[in-house]
Amino acid sequence: MLKRLGPSALTAGETTSTALFPSKLEFNAPVHGTWNIVHIGMLVPEAHQIYVCALNCMRGVVLTAAEMGALDRFSCVVLKEEDITRGTVEQITLDGIRDVLHKLPKLPPCVIVFPVCTHLFLGVPMGRVYRQLEAEFPQVDFVRGFMDPISKKRLIPDKRLRKVMYDPLPVVEPDDSLVTLLGSEFAPDEDSDLRKILRSGGLRLASIHDCKTYEEFLGLARAGTIVSVFPSGEWGARKTAERLGRPHLYLPATFDYEQIEGQEGQLFDFFGLPYPDFAAERASCDEELAETLAVVGDAPIAIDAVVHPRPLELARLLIEHGFNVREVYLDGVNEEEAAALDWLREHAPELELSSTILPDLRVAPRTRQEKTLAIGPKAAWFTGTGYFVNLVYGGGLWGFAGVRSMARLMREAWRSEKDTRDIVPRKGLGCVSCI
Amino acid sequence: MRRTNRIVPTYTGDVSGACSALFELGGMVVIHDPSGCNSTYNTHDETRWYDQDSLIFITGLVERDAILGNDEKLVADVVDAARELSPRFIALCNSPIPFISGTDFAAICRLVERACHIPCFYVRTNGMHDYVVGAGNAFAQVAGRFVEEAPVRRGVLNILGATPLDLGIAGSDATLRDFAADAGFEVSSCWAMGSSLDELARAAEAEVNLVVSATGLKAAQVLRERFGTPYVTGLPVGAFAGELACALRRAASDGRCAWPHRDARAQRGEAPWALVGEPVMAGSLACAVERELGVAARVLCPLEAQGELVGAADAFVEGEEGVAEALLGAEVIVADELYRPIVGAGTRLVALPHQALSGRNGWKTAQDPTQIDVRSLA
Repeated sequence: MLKRLGPSALTAGETTSTALFPSKLEFNAPVHGTWNIVHIGMLVPEAHQIYVCALNCMRGVVLTAAEMGALDRFSCVVLKEEDITRGTVEQITLDGIRDVLHKLPKLPPCVIVFPVCTHLFLGVPMGRVYRQLEAEFPQVDFVRGFMDPISKKRLIPDKRLRKVMYDPLPVVEPDDSLVTLLGSEFAPDEDSDLRKILRSGGLRLASIHDCKTYEEFLGLARAGTIVSVFPSGEWGARKTAERLGRPHLYLPATFDYEQIEGQEGQLFDFFGLPYPDFAAERASCDEELAETLAVVGDAPIAIDAVVHPRPLELARLLIEHGFNVREVYLDGVNEEEAAALDWLREHAPELELSSTILPDLRVAPRTRQEKTLAIGPKAAWFTGTGYFVNLVYGGGLWGFAGVRSMARLMREAWRSEKDTRDIVPRKGLGCVSCI
Repeated sequence: MRRTNRIVPTYTGDVSGACSALFELGGMVVIHDPSGCNSTYNTHDETRWYDQDSLIFITGLVERDAILGNDEKLVADVVDAARELSPRFIALCNSPIPFISGTDFAAICRLVERACHIPCFYVRTNGMHDYVVGAGNAFAQVAGRFVEEAPVRRGVLNILGATPLDLGIAGSDATLRDFAADAGFEVSSCWAMGSSLDELARAAEAEVNLVVSATGLKAAQVLRERFGTPYVTGLPVGAFAGELACALRRAASDGRCAWPHRDARAQRGEAPWALVGEPVMAGSLACAVERELGVAARVLCPLEAQGELVGAADAFVEGEEGVAEALLGAEVIVADELYRPIVGAGTRLVALPHQALSGRNGWKTAQDPTQIDVRSLA
C-alpha cells in the first residue's frame, strides 16, 4: 500500500494485494444510484417493510421509501434511550410490529422485519419475537431481515436480505422448463446471452422482476434450476437452492472472454445444448469495441466499481482494445478480480486506482482538463464530467452481448452530455424516484 | 402506540442536526458510526452537500472494535485526518452502539486535542433524538467554546438556529439579514448559514439574539448566561414580521427575553387551524395567520423542543398517532405534504415542505418560509 499518488490513490503497479487502502475515516460522495435494503425489499410484491431502530438510523430508510413513493409499504418502530436503559427493546419491537400490522388497512401477505445493530448488541431474542408474531398472524410470512451495518465484516445486510427475501418460497415439485434468477437487482437484458441460451433450449427465465403479485413471487419456487449472476446475491441464491433441493449455477457477469465462454459452456453442458461459434462472438465484440474506439479515441476514461462488479476486468478489456483508461475508482478488489489486477499490475502499471471514501477526497479537485469519459456515476462525479455511462451493478449486461452493450453505452455517453448534478444524487437507479 | 409510524416518515435525527449546524464553519465532524449516518445525512438532510465541501465523516465502526473498545483506532484516524485537512475544530458525534458501550467521548476529545492541537469537542448525540437536540447541542458548544468577550455594539444582533433543515433552501439566510436590516439591526453572525466561525466568535458584541428555530435556543441560553444577551424568538413571516421587529428593539433596549412567536397569539385550544412542525416557525406563521386571516391557530410540535417555545394552547405531540389525534377537529391543517395520509376527510391540508421531514421530496416545492404569502393559504 504505497502512497505515491497521495493517501487515497495508488497505481496498479504499486499494488501488492487485493487490499488497496487502509481503514480510515470515511467520506460519502453524493452519488446514490446504488440500491439499499429498502429498494431490494420492495422487489417482493405486496410485501410490507418494518424497521425497528433509532431516529437517525431510520431516516435513511424511511426517506428511501418516501422517494420511491412507497410509504404505504413501509412502517417504523422508533427505539429510544429508555428502551435500552430499561431493557424493553424486545417488548417494544414486538408491540411495535404488532401495532403497525393492526393499523394497516389490509394485512400484507409478507412482512420484512429489520431489527438493527442495537438488537444484536443487546442480544434481543428475535427468534422469540418472530415466533410470537407468527402465532398471532399465521397468514403472514415474516421475513427476517437485518439492518446491522456494524456486522459488515461478517454478512452485510444486503447480502443477507438477498437470501432471506426468498425464504418464503415453498418447496414444490420442480418444473424443469423454468429457470429462476435470484439475487440480482436487475434482470438480464432481453438480448443477453443468458436469455438467448435458455430460449434456445426451450427454457424460460423467471425472476422477481416479472412478479406483480405475491402469489407469482411464490411461483419462482417451481424452477428446476436456480441461477445467480451478481456476487452479493450468490450466497443467498446458493442457500435457497439448497433448501429447495435445486441445482444452482453461479454465472457472474464478466468482461473476460474466456470466462464468458466458460460460463456459457457450463449452461450448454448443463442443459444439453449445442455450443455456438464463440470465435464469431469474440469477433463481434471486438468490432463493437473498435467502433467505440473510433468515436472515443484517446480520451481519458475513468471507471468505477458502482457500474459493474468487475471494474478491473472492464479496464483490462478496454486497455487491450486500445482505450486510454486512466483511473478506476474502487475501495477494494473483489477476489473474483484478482487475476485482472495481476494483469493490470503487469501490463498497465500506471493505471491509477483511487479510493472513493478516504477523507482527502472530500476536498480533492473534481475537474479534469480534458474531456473525460466516465463509466459509472461515481467516476463521473469524481472527474466532474457529464459524459458518463449511468449504470449500476452491471444492469442487465451478461455474456458477449453484455460486452457489446457496454461498448454501445460508451459511445452514447461520449456523444451526449448528461446533467451529472441532477442525475447522480438520485437513489436506486431503475427504481421510482419522486425527486 | 406513539412509537410507530405506519405511513408518515420520521424527522431528521440528532446526528444529522449536529452536522447541519456545523456544516459551514470550517470544522471537521466525525460520526462514530458503522455506516449509513453520513449517507443518510448527505442524501436526505443536507441540501448543500453536492455544491459545498464540508468535512463530515464516519469512523466506519466495526463489531470487533465496538466490543473490544478499540478507541485507539478512533483517535488515530481522527488525528490523521485532522493533520491532513487542518480543520478549525473537530466535533465528535455518537451513535447507538458507542452509546450502549459507554464510549468516553470527553476523554477521546482530550486525546485528539492533545495530539493535533486543534479544538475538539463532543456534541451530545446518540442517534435517538431528533435534529433539534443535535443541532441545538452543536450550536451550544460553539457558543460555549468559541464566542469571546466583546464590547456590545448598539443595533447589532445575531441570528440563531438557521439551518436548511428548517429554512428549507440554502441561501434563505439572506432574507433574514434583510429583515434585520429593515428592523434597524446589523447582523453580526448567522448561526449557521453564510457566516464563518470567526464571525460566530464575535457574537458577544450583539445587543440581542434572534432565535429563528428551536435549534438556536440552547445557544441563545448559553449566550444569555455568559454575556447577558437577551434573545427573542420568532421568524419574520407576513404581518408578524413587524411585531417581531418591535420585540427585538424592545429586548435590545430593556435587556429582557421575549417569545413573541408564542405570546402574540390568542392561545385558544379550540383554534380551527393547526400547524404541525418546528415550533418557532409554526408559531410565527400562526401569528401571521391570526393577523392576516383573522382565524385562531395553534401549534402542534412533534419535535424535542424546549417547553418555553410551546404555548399554553399549543401541544407537544409524539409520533404519527399523537399527531393524528391532535388534528381531530381542526378545519385547516398546515403541515408537510407527507402528513396528508393521516389528515381526515373533509379537512383541508395546506402543504408546506419541511426539509427535516420530507427531505428531498419537498425540494421542488421548497420555499423560504419568511416569504410565504399568508393570504394565499386561506
